[in-house]
Amino acid sequence: MSFLSLQNISKRYGATRAVADVSLEVEAGEFFGLLGPSGCGKTTTLRMVAGLETPDDGKIELGGRGITRLPADRRGFGMVFQSYALFPHLNVFENVAFGLRARHIEAVEVTRRVTEALSMVSLSGYERRSVDALSGGQQQRVAIARAISIEPQLLLFDEPLSNLDVALREETRTELRELVKRLKLTALYVTHDQEEAFALCDRISVMSEGSILQTGTPRELYEQPEEVRVARFLGRNNLIEAVRLSATHAEASMFRTTTGGHHLLRVATKVGVNLPLNKPCTLAIRPEHLQLYRKTEPEESAPSGTQSENTLPASISFVSFSGATTTIRLEAAGLSLEALVLQPDGFEPGASVTVRLPPERITILK
Amino acid sequence: MKSRINKPWRTFIPHPSVLVLALVVGLVLLYGVVYPNMHVLTASLERDGAWTLRNYVELLRERAVLEATLSSIWLSVLTVLFCALVGVPLAFLFERYEFPARRIFSILASLPLVLPPLVGTVAFIFLCGESGILARAVQHLFRLRDAPWSLRGWTALLLFHTYTMYPFFYVLTGAGLRRIDASLGEAARSLGARPLRVLFRVVLPQLTPSLLAAALLTSMTSMASFSAPLFFGGGVRVLTLEIFNARQRGDVQLALTETVLLAVISLGALVFFQRYEGTRRFVAAAMKGAPRRRRPIRSGAARFAAATCGVVFTTLLALPVVTLLIVSFARQGSWTTEMLPSAYTVDNYARIFTEEDALSVLFNSLEMACIAALLALAWSLCVASLVSRRGLKGRRVISLLVLVPWALPGTVVAVSIAEAYGQPNPMTGSFILVGTFWILPVIYFLRFMPLVVRAVQASLEQMDPALEEAAAGLGARPLRRFLRVRLPLIWPGALAGTLLAFVIALGEYVASVLVYVPRNRPVSIAIAAEMRDFNLGTAAAYGMLLIALIAVSMTIAARLERVSKA
Repeated sequence: MSFLSLQNISKRYGATRAVADVSLEVEAGEFFGLLGPSGCGKTTTLRMVAGLETPDDGKIELGGRGITRLPADRRGFGMVFQSYALFPHLNVFENVAFGLRARHIEAVEVTRRVTEALSMVSLSGYERRSVDALSGGQQQRVAIARAISIEPQLLLFDEPLSNLDVALREETRTELRELVKRLKLTALYVTHDQEEAFALCDRISVMSEGSILQTGTPRELYEQPEEVRVARFLGRNNLIEAVRLSATHAEASMFRTTTGGHHLLRVATKVGVNLPLNKPCTLAIRPEHLQLYRKTEPEESAPSGTQSENTLPASISFVSFSGATTTIRLEAAGLSLEALVLQPDGFEPGASVTVRLPPERITILK
Repeated sequence: MKSRINKPWRTFIPHPSVLVLALVVGLVLLYGVVYPNMHVLTASLERDGAWTLRNYVELLRERAVLEATLSSIWLSVLTVLFCALVGVPLAFLFERYEFPARRIFSILASLPLVLPPLVGTVAFIFLCGESGILARAVQHLFRLRDAPWSLRGWTALLLFHTYTMYPFFYVLTGAGLRRIDASLGEAARSLGARPLRVLFRVVLPQLTPSLLAAALLTSMTSMASFSAPLFFGGGVRVLTLEIFNARQRGDVQLALTETVLLAVISLGALVFFQRYEGTRRFVAAAMKGAPRRRRPIRSGAARFAAATCGVVFTTLLALPVVTLLIVSFARQGSWTTEMLPSAYTVDNYARIFTEEDALSVLFNSLEMACIAALLALAWSLCVASLVSRRGLKGRRVISLLVLVPWALPGTVVAVSIAEAYGQPNPMTGSFILVGTFWILPVIYFLRFMPLVVRAVQASLEQMDPALEEAAAGLGARPLRRFLRVRLPLIWPGALAGTLLAFVIALGEYVASVLVYVPRNRPVSIAIAAEMRDFNLGTAAAYGMLLIALIAVSMTIAARLERVSKA
């Protein structure tokens, strides 16, 4: 029995289906992410969990108890909004105390818990400040303090970091995860930023057009995407249209690419889908998994033996240097590929290279 | 499936208070807006107990009515034109250029907006009338035997309308100019557009919503104008005056039919302008843009010219009020053929404060305006909380019905209430409002509550909806959310709107003159009566007292506005 469970949740706005038949299970103490492009229904799903929207269909349960139609003010979840939603007419202390006052907690206890919450987000001493006088990052932390002050059963985040600049966002990200883990809270976190979701969450559901495409740990999603949309959305990926040639065994099967006519071997790392013969399918390989060999390099360093599988001659069409890594775009008889290398020396536009697609790195998408 | 989706009370927090709220709002709208107007409409279509259009056929056959209708429309069109010609350039001058004392002038320029029409009319007569200060001055200067002009007819009406209504264009154009992203103009310039091209191809198209809104307000105000045609319209017949005259003569049927005609024309103008606005799309200026800086006028001559313009203009604006002030201190009978009154006294004010009858009209107006404004405030909170509920069916209908009394001329509102609550009938039982004290507070409430509703709604729209959601998430029940989050955040705007309604109700004349009784005789009626008896000083003193009250209220309102914007 999981802690929070959404069962076949649907929500419509007029003719548009915002959320369609979404089911997910969040375990107690888990930091769970909803990841997807804008308009994919992730915020609507979060708002239904918060009680700010009511699903048209489906059930929401918390610890086995149905809460589908329970009003937001009776759920006791803390929520951090994208706009922070700090009360502009109240100072920092009163903002954090708001939820405690609504629970008619006595003054001494309110002061103690507000002080504690503010110290947890390192804002001690800011009690009497007006919220307008705080920086974006500080406002963000007040919003978090306000949400944890009520000791919520569940903490909800609606893109809370999207209004911060990049450096601050990464710093706050780490602090946020530490805080949630230290307080042993369960969190549901909505974001459109893949890096943010990967850094924060234990498990993630990738959403698109109102449904969940795939749920898993960040590594599972990144390394074994099941679907084209997941592969596309989570970082860059080489998607290759191909047809399966032999059915010798599912673990090591042969493919021919639709463009270029290259033969590619795929070795499955776990028992995967067994595709019918001669049916088009999509293969995926991450740019950082492509191996590039300069033509000028001595013979012995070039791939040979088993290493020579899946090697294609290619020419470099474009080089883009971005600091730690360099992106190199390749043409292999019409097949466009993208490779990520750490050492860009000798890779010039127009140069001829050999590219290798390691068989164990290729995944088949649905 | 479908029925489950459309249950509005499920979309947010279900609460029985919503039902009570809906019931109250529904009943007030039914009895205050729908029923009186339907009553007038059906009565105008009835003759000897049968449905007929004969009333209208006869009405439109009468030359006088046709003439009045056309005059009303023409007057509106010309007023819009003149007001735009004055107000738009003025807004550009004040928004785009920096010159000495710009701020003071820019505030003064919107002054006529809060001057009660009747007080303005009276001041105008003292200033520009044939025996007014200006006419006498010219007469003395050129040693003429008679007054050089008479303040009558079209010229007088247009002059007065332009003076009192150009601020609509001035204020709205100014606001529109402030909203325009300056980088749009800069982009146009960088693409090689000359300043005039930028003005016509970039700035004016963006100003269209502001200009349309101003034209709408001006034309409707002009259509509803009553005191100016009454006091110096001369031979110009307008519909408001015709309705008043018909009622005075006792020709109720004619008055009713003319009322419907006026209402239809006014609502027609509203629909016309909104349609036109709806056909064009405007980019919201929500994106980040460079704020435009006012260009300082550097050349000495131009600075001097701008400052002079400002001074002359401000003097022109202030003159009617100054005139009123002078006349309010004039000794009775001391102002006949002189340019200015020859003897001064505080008797006029003393009379108002010592004579019980004279003082009671002030208190009547204060009391009724207070009642109306407070009712409007409470009502606006009800309407706003109902309408802000997403997914509630009939929100649009409620918003529309609330705006109807605002769109209708005061004459129409007064006539419809007076006729609908004049005698017992199935809708109202034996309840009769006409002849009681309450008829005026009720009419004031109906006429001016849309202002408060709009103020409250504007404040609510500025409020981040996530604030109340955050409060709910923190465990605050609906009542606590209303008292601790919504009310503190909207009250400056709401109170500013209430004060505005109070101020306008204080000097209301158009509707009052149709239905007042001795028990609720408002100050405007007293002013008109003093004018008739040639107690010019007393009329002016009443006017000055009203202006003082209004000035205080508006200062408070402006403070509140600043608080709510911060």
